[in-house]
Amino acid sequence: MTKAIVLGASFGGMEAIKNLLFMLPAQCTIPIIAVLHIGNNTIDTYLSMLNKNSHYNVKEAEEKESIKPGNFYFAPPNYHLLIEDNFTISLSTDKKVNFSRPSIDVLFETAAWSLQNELIGVLLTGSNNDGANGLKTIRELGGTTIVENPGTAFAKIMPETAVKISHPHFILDLKDIAGKITKLINE
Amino acid sequence: MSLHETEIQDIELNLLLQAIYMKYGYDFRNYSKAHLKRRILQRLKLSGLKTITEMQKLILWDTDFYKIFLKDLSINVTEMFRDPDFYAAFREKVIPDLRTYAHIKVWHAGCSTGEEVYSLAILLKEENLLGKTQIYATDFNKNVLEVAKHGIYSKKEIDLYDQNYKQAGGKHELSNYYTSKYGSVLFDKSLSKNIVFADHNLVTDSVFAEVNLVFCRNVLIYFDKKLQNKVLRLFSESLTKRGFLCLGTKESLRFTDFDNKYSVIDSKMKIYKKLPETK
Repeated sequence: MTKAIVLGASFGGMEAIKNLLFMLPAQCTIPIIAVLHIGNNTIDTYLSMLNKNSHYNVKEAEEKESIKPGNFYFAPPNYHLLIEDNFTISLSTDKKVNFSRPSIDVLFETAAWSLQNELIGVLLTGSNNDGANGLKTIRELGGTTIVENPGTAFAKIMPETAVKISHPHFILDLKDIAGKITKLINE
Repeated sequence: MSLHETEIQDIELNLLLQAIYMKYGYDFRNYSKAHLKRRILQRLKLSGLKTITEMQKLILWDTDFYKIFLKDLSINVTEMFRDPDFYAAFREKVIPDLRTYAHIKVWHAGCSTGEEVYSLAILLKEENLLGKTQIYATDFNKNVLEVAKHGIYSKKEIDLYDQNYKQAGGKHELSNYYTSKYGSVLFDKSLSKNIVFADHNLVTDSVFAEVNLVFCRNVLIYFDKKLQNKVLRLFSESLTKRGFLCLGTKESLRFTDFDNKYSVIDSKMKIYKKLPETK
């Protein structure tokens, strides 16, 4: 049974995550943990917009917080987000990974260690190489992997690299990802 | 890596932490596991070793390798006036209180390479308080303490620091406080006159002074809940009545044993004040 979804997006990611979230049906309450590259900007306004317009409780992740259904967590800008074995969140100010903090690889890799085959990893639009190795780890440890179709993504480099390196289970247009997730968690 | 391998790795990781504690007395057993595992696997990859067990052998028998490894585990990413809004809030909400004290004692716990110690010293100097302040800046890693003591940093970062300084409400120019030479900057010795840099391990050492202010930013996030509470107890024992505690902006007393022992001075910048009845 799937316990959580981890999500990564970079350039074009604000719009992509919003669209994906709004397409998820109301009965879908599986916790989602996301890394969105946004530099040093704050994401407060974006998060409160998502929170207001979706059935998820959208929030910035707090350190040592337990991961719970109905919540959609975002890594705070300038902090890595790690998932611990006891299903709690850790933050770190470690060096950048793939020129990024938060880094998608850090989230994906630690989530894979902790949740193994009870995890879905989703990588969306972006124009760097973050997330590909993390997605590979998710796949190796038994999780399910989805990459946005590079051909239709807003920025194709990140999904393209992930397809090459991680050989994901599914390569889908953004509009089809919510449906696939719903199907996977009901299986 | 397979599922089977990752399970063995977790066992190896726990054994390694136990071995380090027994051999060297450094206790990482209550650090965030995900964080440790990432650092350890990185070192494994760099050293061309296959398993953590092989690495454990080196750590126990080869002191030079252990020193490199120890460096990996300490958190050295820092900057001057990191989170400028914090320093601005500190100026506005803590300084007026400190002004009323005859002497100020500060414990900067987990000071790493010292960038934030010099930041605090500059701020206190601009408020004319540095002369009556004693700062104890501590870290468990002797290498970073050496860097902190010298106060020499790469010029590469100075633009960012200058930007932070201004945003933090700096009253002059950051360049007033350092001299440049060969791509480095050296911070003025008058800043470090009242700073004692000392080796102290938050996990295994105890209280060493009574202080009015504990400054410990982005250290607790690397500890598990149990260890966080232990270290917060240390801070509480060290703080005077109504002493201040400053944490990192993503750290919090919420969900800890000390939530109701402090009043909140700035909830966003994580500035706390010890309530009188707290022991």
